[in-house]
Amino acid sequence: MKIKDDNYMKWFRLIAFIVILISTVACLFPFLLIISASFTQNEAIIRDGYHLIPTVFSFEGYATVFRFPKQVLQAYGVTTLTTVIGTTLGLFLMTMAGYVLQRKDFKYRNFFAFMIYFTTLFGGGLVPWYILMTKYLKLTDKLEVLILPGLMTPFLIILMKNFIRSAVPDEVIESAKIDGANDFTIYSRIVLQLSMPGIATVGLFLALHYWNDWFTSSLFINDTTKYQLQYYLYNVINAMSFVAQMGSGTGVSLGSDMPTESTKMAMSIIVTGPILFLYPFVQRYFVKGLTIGAVKG
Amino acid sequence: MLKKNGVLRELVTNRILFLMLLPALIFFLINSYVPMVGIYYAFTRFDFNTSLFNSQFVGLDNFKFLWKSGVLARLTLNTVGYNIVFILLGNVLAIALAILLSELRLQWFKKLTQSIMFLPYFVSFVILSVIVYNVFNYESGFLNSTLKSFGYESLDVYNTPWVWVFLIIIFYLWKNIGYSMVIYLASITGISEEYYEAAKIDGANIFQRIWYITVPMLKTTFVMLLLFALGSIMKGQFDLFYQLIGNNGVLYNTTDILDTYVYRSLKVTFDIGMSTAAGLYQSLFGFVLIMTVNYIIKKINDEYALF
Repeated sequence: MKIKDDNYMKWFRLIAFIVILISTVACLFPFLLIISASFTQNEAIIRDGYHLIPTVFSFEGYATVFRFPKQVLQAYGVTTLTTVIGTTLGLFLMTMAGYVLQRKDFKYRNFFAFMIYFTTLFGGGLVPWYILMTKYLKLTDKLEVLILPGLMTPFLIILMKNFIRSAVPDEVIESAKIDGANDFTIYSRIVLQLSMPGIATVGLFLALHYWNDWFTSSLFINDTTKYQLQYYLYNVINAMSFVAQMGSGTGVSLGSDMPTESTKMAMSIIVTGPILFLYPFVQRYFVKGLTIGAVKG
Repeated sequence: MLKKNGVLRELVTNRILFLMLLPALIFFLINSYVPMVGIYYAFTRFDFNTSLFNSQFVGLDNFKFLWKSGVLARLTLNTVGYNIVFILLGNVLAIALAILLSELRLQWFKKLTQSIMFLPYFVSFVILSVIVYNVFNYESGFLNSTLKSFGYESLDVYNTPWVWVFLIIIFYLWKNIGYSMVIYLASITGISEEYYEAAKIDGANIFQRIWYITVPMLKTTFVMLLLFALGSIMKGQFDLFYQLIGNNGVLYNTTDILDTYVYRSLKVTFDIGMSTAAGLYQSLFGFVLIMTVNYIIKKINDEYALF
């Protein structure tokens, strides 16, 4: 009986292996196409199209991007700044809110939790929000507008609340209170230390949101020096005015035979770069945090 | 006497907690509650130069126009339709892959493939649009250059609306499957080995073990993800649709959802009244839908209800 089952399992595992392998390749394949295209000579792309392996190998795509690096570096700067500030500030405020909302001796916790949750059920919609931001708060072309709207989401606050509840036993808070610690001290000295995996997960969600954001720029930013990285790339790809953008302000007029296709692909790699580079390190924590959340859920 | 249990008393005793929660409350007040006042724009002919309540009141005209032109029906159908497919296909495939992956023995292979499948989740939608363009554009796309090298005709994908129904679903799955798979895999890892041992002794084969142990054990996770997804069923994947389709009018019939319509009316055609009306419809429809679903779930099993 046992031997028969093992035989069975061999076949099952082989099929599982093949299916997983195919899915993995399917997930990886598009990246390979872009990487390959970024290293292909532009004329070769126009003549032969995109291929999995560069038909004519060339660095000209990257060379073009870095010939006038000002705009790319600016966009990098804006994105890095908003990501760092937004993630730090957002984490601080959301862990505090999460901590307060799970305190059982806080009488109105359910009322406030519902007030926050309710915003996911019903809202004014995009347009009233847009008008509030531009007409009444006058945030157009301000760096604040790239940071503030993304600071907190109900989902992440609830995640944080649940995480703190399961990571910090009530007795610990009680005994700290008896020892004379005030609520903020308990939060900063005890709660933050004990909920590190949850903070890492929420922080990654938040950082990813800021890094990949193009939408906020598209709504509120007209000043090209304040474009987020993704929106800069979006414009390069869609407006087809890459040459004009790169040349503007440098006083150099560029020929129309610029390697635009390969440059676009090189830009994509440069924009994605930090994520692809950080991914192997970051991924472990993300999976760990999600795992804890899911099993508890 | 009154003060002893009153709001004021609570404010004083827990003042630090209040202060700690205050930033979050102010944030949601400004970011979410104040814009609700702007819903009034849906009933006006918008004029950027006057204030909100000085704009000309037109009653339900904006809604009437949207309804008569068939826009609302098409948008609702697309928004809800795509979301249902996303939820069903996404979960079924994620569960299937998680089960297959959990049965593999090679640890390094498991870790590596899991990481690679999770990778697309980290990539921005702008990059996704580059990928799609790279594969499907008419002149130099990977698909057409491959077809050409085998002597076939090129396909004009960007002018073929029905293809995009499949492309959007495929790329949704590409981007999200690894994420949900990791969550399911975590739940599978949490299942006690003893169940499987006992089943093996009773002579259950691998399919029976999956069907009678693994699948039922994933039910909680599935319902949780399902409820989250249902909550946002009227808010389609805006980034996905907008980055893939953009303002390509040829494809609207099969790919326009409420979010893309509202965004376009705001940013491209500047139709503020119409755009607010569509947004309000989206909010209301979504609200009613969630309340109904929650009510039904509460009737069936109280534990799973959202609130």
